[in-house]
Amino acid sequence: MTATHTDAMPHATALQSANSAGRAVAGDAVAGDAPVLRVQGLSTSFATREGTVRAVAELSYDLRRGETLAVVGESGCGKSVGALSLLRLIPQPPGRITAGAVWYGGRDLLTLPESALRDIRGREIAMIFQEPMTALNPVLTIGRQVGEVLRRHLGLSRREAWARSVEMLRRVRIPEPERRMGEYPHQLSGGMRQRVMIAMALVCRPQVLIADEPTTALDVTIQAQILDLMRDLQAELGAATLLITHDLGVVAEMAQRVVVMYAGRKVEEAPVGTLFTRPRHPYTLGLLASMPRLNRAPGHARHRLAEIPGTVPPLHDLPPGCAFAPRCTYAVERCRREAPPLTEQGPGQLAACWEAHQLPEVAP
Amino acid sequence: MSTAQGAQSGVRPQPAGQPLAAPQAETGPLLAVRGLKKYFPVREGIFGRVTGQVRAVDGIDLTVAAGETLGLVGESGCGKSTAGKTILRLLEPTAGTVTVAGRDITPLPRRDLLPYRRTLQIIFQDPYGSLNPRMTAGAIVAEPLAIHRLAHGQARRERVADLFRRVGLSPDQMGKYPHEFSGGQRQRIGIARALAVEPQLIIADEPVSALDVSIQAQVINLLMDLQAELGIAFLFISHDLAVVEHISHRVAVMYLGRIVEHTTREQLFARPLHPYTEALLEAVPVPDPALARGHGAPVSGDVPSPLAPPPGCPFHPRCPLAEPQCRELVPPLEEKAPGHWAACHLR
Repeated sequence: MTATHTDAMPHATALQSANSAGRAVAGDAVAGDAPVLRVQGLSTSFATREGTVRAVAELSYDLRRGETLAVVGESGCGKSVGALSLLRLIPQPPGRITAGAVWYGGRDLLTLPESALRDIRGREIAMIFQEPMTALNPVLTIGRQVGEVLRRHLGLSRREAWARSVEMLRRVRIPEPERRMGEYPHQLSGGMRQRVMIAMALVCRPQVLIADEPTTALDVTIQAQILDLMRDLQAELGAATLLITHDLGVVAEMAQRVVVMYAGRKVEEAPVGTLFTRPRHPYTLGLLASMPRLNRAPGHARHRLAEIPGTVPPLHDLPPGCAFAPRCTYAVERCRREAPPLTEQGPGQLAACWEAHQLPEVAP
Repeated sequence: MSTAQGAQSGVRPQPAGQPLAAPQAETGPLLAVRGLKKYFPVREGIFGRVTGQVRAVDGIDLTVAAGETLGLVGESGCGKSTAGKTILRLLEPTAGTVTVAGRDITPLPRRDLLPYRRTLQIIFQDPYGSLNPRMTAGAIVAEPLAIHRLAHGQARRERVADLFRRVGLSPDQMGKYPHEFSGGQRQRIGIARALAVEPQLIIADEPVSALDVSIQAQVINLLMDLQAELGIAFLFISHDLAVVEHISHRVAVMYLGRIVEHTTREQLFARPLHPYTEALLEAVPVPDPALARGHGAPVSGDVPSPLAPPPGCPFHPRCPLAEPQCRELVPPLEEKAPGHWAACHLR
């Protein structure tokens, strides 16, 4: 497991400087919010039949103490690969982290020895996934799996681990936790399994929680329960949360800040209110406009949705210039030639668009 | 009712001169489903003894008029997809009738279903799983024309090219294989295949659920355009309330194999009557941070197993309003207001 590491980012580009400018502004707005996790210039490639593709390109963001930062985008945009790369959890090969740093507690997770990283994973930085069935061991009881985390990371005895596990299951509102401790994952519903995953992730009180589409596989009434639980636990335990999702409704309900990704790159970053009211990237604007929204007002007529024309380009065949240009109604000649850097658009807001000033001041 | 809705949404009747696959009744809905049940036996032991029944669809009534969209909405396991497949007789019903253009198709032997398969088509959620990977896109779209002996040789090729253009694909892509298309394009191939036989009704089973939001909008618009131009009716099965509100004229809500509420789109979303419908609507995340709920989930608990549904109202264990009678008596689906049906003792 080797991560090629360039600590000074020798090709310090416009992206880098724009990024630090953005951070300074955001830092002023919320004074004293030191990042608990700082991602700098992260790039991850995959070897494919079509050649090497960059699934994540020069990705930078800060995750601040106690906040929920959403990373949003459509399939293949790099949001999950970017999150998995933080803990070096991508399969290598075919994957390879080719550049960047992930600063956590004064150390770069990308250069840490595997043994040191193992101590951080699960204890200080925990993850929950979309499908708990793939993350839970089907032949071990719930009690054994939650207890194992405590025994491994905190060195608790079997009895202490049992007691703490029951308490954690109760905390994630699993009814009859003592009985559930002796059950196997397949005996639980999807919603209950996701609660077990959350219990396992939070039982060591991690600093950072990475939640990768945690409610995507769940029905809407169960999703509401899990989102509610995650909000309560964050208020209670204070873990900074990196929420990976494709659902802008979930973003609006959960996040304080948002990173929007397209074709492997961050194209916009903004406080959540700003993103929904004054997006500065045409892709964000298009996503907001094309989404069918529940509009329960009487007299609301059936109408066509706004479309983003075309499809996401394949990563092995990205156009020169801005990757969104072929689908963008604002694109000009320069967009097809030259990739736009991330520039500051307002307090805490960055966007990578040459024509950001042409966008409507208020989102439709 | 359907006439009024048809006018309201600008839906025109079937254009003249279009061949009808099945005898068209002068009056009455295009599709009428009465008391439809689909039970799956649960077998146990080495002799496969039947030890129970999963009541996937437990007696539903619905109608779809020409040119309209009925949204059938519910969470996973509520029976909405099984209902769609049973209506088409891809699954054999346990009880009930399915009437297509005035003719009950439930007693017909399978070989006599072919003309009705022309009237009723289906598109699926997973466009990849429902397209033969070894056939070209052109051959996939041409196949129903061959089965129904509708066009031959050059005429068939031209018809397929027309269908490609109609769904927003290029006829140049007819020689490509399914894996060479994106998810949204594959769904377009599925739609072209369904359109090939000029159906009057398409059962669309979660057709946009697997698609990204920017592509989802394209496919929803395509379905609405096809309805406006060709007068096709849709039974639109989905778990996504925002999509259902967007596309439907009328909506039926399913819970544990039963329809619990059924009315016009406007009534259902603005003035829902059933507590389950209210909970569903409340649970949808609002894509507006200024309005974000940020507190509480509308209902607690999980959906009960359809193998052992609770007595009384199927929703009572999760219902915040439940009273003693809800635990004992199954509430019938009743017309609580003109055109607004709900199965609730308390509303």
